[in-house]
Amino acid sequence: MASDHLLHLADNALILGQRLAEWCGHGPVLEEDIALTNTALDYIGQATFLYKYAAESEGQGRDEDQLAFLRDAWDYKNSLIVELPNGDYAQTVTRQFLFSAWYYLYLRNLENSSDEFLRGFAEKSIKEVRYHLQHSSDWVKRLGDGTEESHRRMNDAIRELWPFTGEMFTSAEFEKAASEAGVAPQPELLLAEWRQIVETVFTEATLKMPEDGFMHLGGKVGKHTEYLGYILSDLQFLQRAYPNSKW
Amino acid sequence: MSKNEWPLWEIFIRSKSGLAHKHVGSLHAADAKMAIANARDVYTRRMEGVSLWVVPSVSITASSPDEKEILFDPSNDKVYRHPTFYDIPDEIGHM
Repeated sequence: MASDHLLHLADNALILGQRLAEWCGHGPVLEEDIALTNTALDYIGQATFLYKYAAESEGQGRDEDQLAFLRDAWDYKNSLIVELPNGDYAQTVTRQFLFSAWYYLYLRNLENSSDEFLRGFAEKSIKEVRYHLQHSSDWVKRLGDGTEESHRRMNDAIRELWPFTGEMFTSAEFEKAASEAGVAPQPELLLAEWRQIVETVFTEATLKMPEDGFMHLGGKVGKHTEYLGYILSDLQFLQRAYPNSKW
Repeated sequence: MSKNEWPLWEIFIRSKSGLAHKHVGSLHAADAKMAIANARDVYTRRMEGVSLWVVPSVSITASSPDEKEILFDPSNDKVYRHPTFYDIPDEIGHM
């Protein structure tokens, strides 16, 4: 079995990349359409890297494509937040901001991993993620401190997404093991700094920090929202209907 | 011109081994910071460069094609303006 920890990181990247790719051709302006699809490609690239490593490490003759295209929803370990619908642009940039802030802190820590491959991965990927964080922060500020409508949509987006932020900071069993082995950070330890980043940007965007309430969990152990099934049917249809097909 | 369009910006990029920023195209953005981000996303996808300049299109004044003759033809046949009639001592090196 491929390492749950590697699958968690790879699945985050694949599903978020897939969601962002849904904006292709539908962006609010041409420049943002390109920005989002660039971001999607960054994530697909990271997913490829991680799935390759996961497939090699498990040593069962599977490759990255089989891990990406042939697992069912209950075998995916991504956090729930990345599989949520794109919604309007406010929801997309808010999801990107909240996730990127977590991911940036996670990768900064991963640069000190005891695993050489993950160290290299973190050094390379953090440059991409710092840009995603900057880009999405700018949009949170523009939309938050924008018109009455954009401000309202931002508040709706934050209310929609906030219950899915807790999972990013709640360790699954495989994360406890990974952090004990010095492979990866313990998510709980990233929460305080994440809240600072979020609060700073929200304040400048004239948005209020929400109260913490019920937090959804389950993505990391394969208990997903109904949305994941639809994403996978788009993603996996070709390989499942025409196995081993190639370009 | 549509009232709801963001202003237009001209984009210049200097490549890794280049010395000058070259004009590569234009795009729309609400302000300078967004123009830099948009230029990075639209015009540097294939490692085209390492430095970006963004200039509001309205700030650029171009010479009129109608005046091409009077502006540029006179310099075409003034060989004495080229610095090629000096003997440069070897010690000075390449100039």
